[in-house]
Amino acid sequence: MASSLLSPSFTSFLRTKDLSLSAFTSQRCFKAVPRKIIRCAIAAPQRQPSTTGSVRTAMTMTEKILARASEKAQLTPGDNVWVNVDILMTHDVCGPGSIGIFKREFGEDAKVWDREKLVIIPDHYIFTSDERANRNVDILRDFCHEQNIKYFYDIKDLSNFKVNPDYKGVCHVALAQEGHCRPGEVLLGTDSHTCTAGAFGQFATGIGNTDAGFVLGTGKLLLKVPPTLRFVMDGEMPDYLLSKDLILQIIGEITVAGATYKSMEFVGTTVESLTMEERMTLCNMVVEAGGKNGVVPADSTTFKYLEGKTSLPYEPVYSDDQARFLAEYRFDVSKLEPVVAKPHSPDNRALARECKDVKIDRVYIGSCTGGKTEDFMAAAKVFLASGKQVKVPTFLVPATQKVWMDLYSLPVPGSGGKTCSQIFEEVGCDTPASPSCGACLGGPKDTYARMNEPKVCVSTTNRNFPGRMGHKEGQIYLASPYTAAASALTGYVTDPREFL
Amino acid sequence: MALFSSAATVLPRNLAFTKLSLSHSHTLLPRFLSFPTPKSSNPRNRVAVSLQTPRAQSAASASPSASFHGLCYVVGDNIDTDQIIPAEYLTLVPSKPDEYEKLGSYALIGLPATYATRFIEPGEIKTKYAIVIGGANFGCGSSREHAPVALGASGAAAVVAESYARIFFRNSVATGEVYPLESEGRLCEECTTGDVVTIELGESRLINHTTGKEYRLKPIGDAGPVIEAGGIFAYARKTGMIPSR
Repeated sequence: MASSLLSPSFTSFLRTKDLSLSAFTSQRCFKAVPRKIIRCAIAAPQRQPSTTGSVRTAMTMTEKILARASEKAQLTPGDNVWVNVDILMTHDVCGPGSIGIFKREFGEDAKVWDREKLVIIPDHYIFTSDERANRNVDILRDFCHEQNIKYFYDIKDLSNFKVNPDYKGVCHVALAQEGHCRPGEVLLGTDSHTCTAGAFGQFATGIGNTDAGFVLGTGKLLLKVPPTLRFVMDGEMPDYLLSKDLILQIIGEITVAGATYKSMEFVGTTVESLTMEERMTLCNMVVEAGGKNGVVPADSTTFKYLEGKTSLPYEPVYSDDQARFLAEYRFDVSKLEPVVAKPHSPDNRALARECKDVKIDRVYIGSCTGGKTEDFMAAAKVFLASGKQVKVPTFLVPATQKVWMDLYSLPVPGSGGKTCSQIFEEVGCDTPASPSCGACLGGPKDTYARMNEPKVCVSTTNRNFPGRMGHKEGQIYLASPYTAAASALTGYVTDPREFL
Repeated sequence: MALFSSAATVLPRNLAFTKLSLSHSHTLLPRFLSFPTPKSSNPRNRVAVSLQTPRAQSAASASPSASFHGLCYVVGDNIDTDQIIPAEYLTLVPSKPDEYEKLGSYALIGLPATYATRFIEPGEIKTKYAIVIGGANFGCGSSREHAPVALGASGAAAVVAESYARIFFRNSVATGEVYPLESEGRLCEECTTGDVVTIELGESRLINHTTGKEYRLKPIGDAGPVIEAGGIFAYARKTGMIPSR
């Protein structure tokens, strides 16, 4: 990373490859850097002197959730425990394989452990003529009928998503929207971005087909308890930043493997000010840092969001004051700038303003990371402020039906009553597409907005490894909706402060 | 893109399995690769795997005294799941035998063109490389099990990487598709694609016969009992967690 990226008062860290991995050491947990950078990392406190066995050691919220789920009073990072699963989610890409393994291992006539704890959400390859993709949704439907699964968000008529009353769209957003995310619970999904649900103060992580097949039959899984990295984000959020900037900032610091097999806990006044959708964006990309899960403590914002969405009781848990963290990182958010992740890695962070000479071919706003209602509201805000037309094709893929509806019904603040869709049309964006994962990971060749040629794209999605979004030589700049909209207006990677 | 220096700290392996002593309940003949002869492609000698049988009963259930032998294919750091198996092939369902094989034919097809020597040669459906050697953070990205399955289905027996993404490692162990091993150093800078190598599990050692050098591998650790058992289902049965079939 160029040192010019950091101002002298920047309260952050260069990547800490030599980060101490012991939660029980007072060893410095970052490499000394001979620059005027305020270093506020605090090593995990020395272990409390042991006393009689009856004294309970303090735990982080992740440790507490897993302790409760495994019916243990106490556990510690590194413990391997069988946990009871509250929700298992699967979709069209991994559901058929998980079902195949379940039947092979438990028998053709076996029943799932609990028909109300399995949530099946087709979302990946929906609007395509690919026969196998369509067949995979059929497999899900057959299984759900056979097992009488309560929550199956089906789609049959691909020509018009609106005539499918049960269809939702992207699983991670639908889970939250439909009240399947509850503080203190364990949610597993066959998708790496399942960690999104950690925004609700629960343990949520991605698993593979085989593990999912195991959960289908037993409702349990063997999990190793992760140590926790703590990220304290304080200060008022500038009006040109979104939580995508925060998480790209963090991944740029700790790298794509910096949180491997760790939990990432987000606290601080900035985090407390974030909406649920913004918290979801933050937790969504912890897997891009290698994280096992991410968590935001549940608070009144969480409870208010969940009102009317779930009737099941839930019990939040919180990190103890004396809980031990592997490391603590502190950020003064008011000093941060809009950032992007350059090709071909989510940790290839750069300031947006330093990429102003990068000419782009298109902009994509969508996915579980950047296709929620507030993501589109943010883009509309930039378009409104500019009063100009976009200079490159600008694709809009709402994450869910509800988000799509919001684009056509909710007024954009300061617009005199205009909706997002009206603003998007005025500036020349493509019409909002059918809700799904869309081109985030490429998918079948006829996927809307898939990068079938080696082009340059600014995208609100979550990954930019080679081949992501379709073409092996495509170049994807990951960005916030503000930055994506600003870039669409100029045809270059653009810092949204030019318009806001 | 090399994101780490040669001196990058190697993170310890983290995997959610209980430490138990390794058992010797399985034996497996050493796997040897015959080199292609002019009249046939990939005439490999390897343990036959029934399409109806989980691969867990072959590669990953190798006993500690077993070894893997063959040509190695070398890749760099942060080889993500999209490079291992691009998203357009995820419509294939790995639990269906014919689709399992097809999935294997696309293994590592997502690698950039800078990898001039391809893992699976054009026109072939199996790889001639028994061992994949990677750098840091192998298998980062998705939790899709398709990635280790594609490697296993292609004929790769083991991956030796400096470090792994959590979920790829876990999926390799849970499925038994490929045997994931961690090296003590950066073997991706020591070996070249096409080198003939042997992995001796019992000795935790990799021998590069082409260069004549030997390298230490890390013991399997937490994941050992699950690998020994042949995957998460076999382990759960062995420990009485679920009834035997």
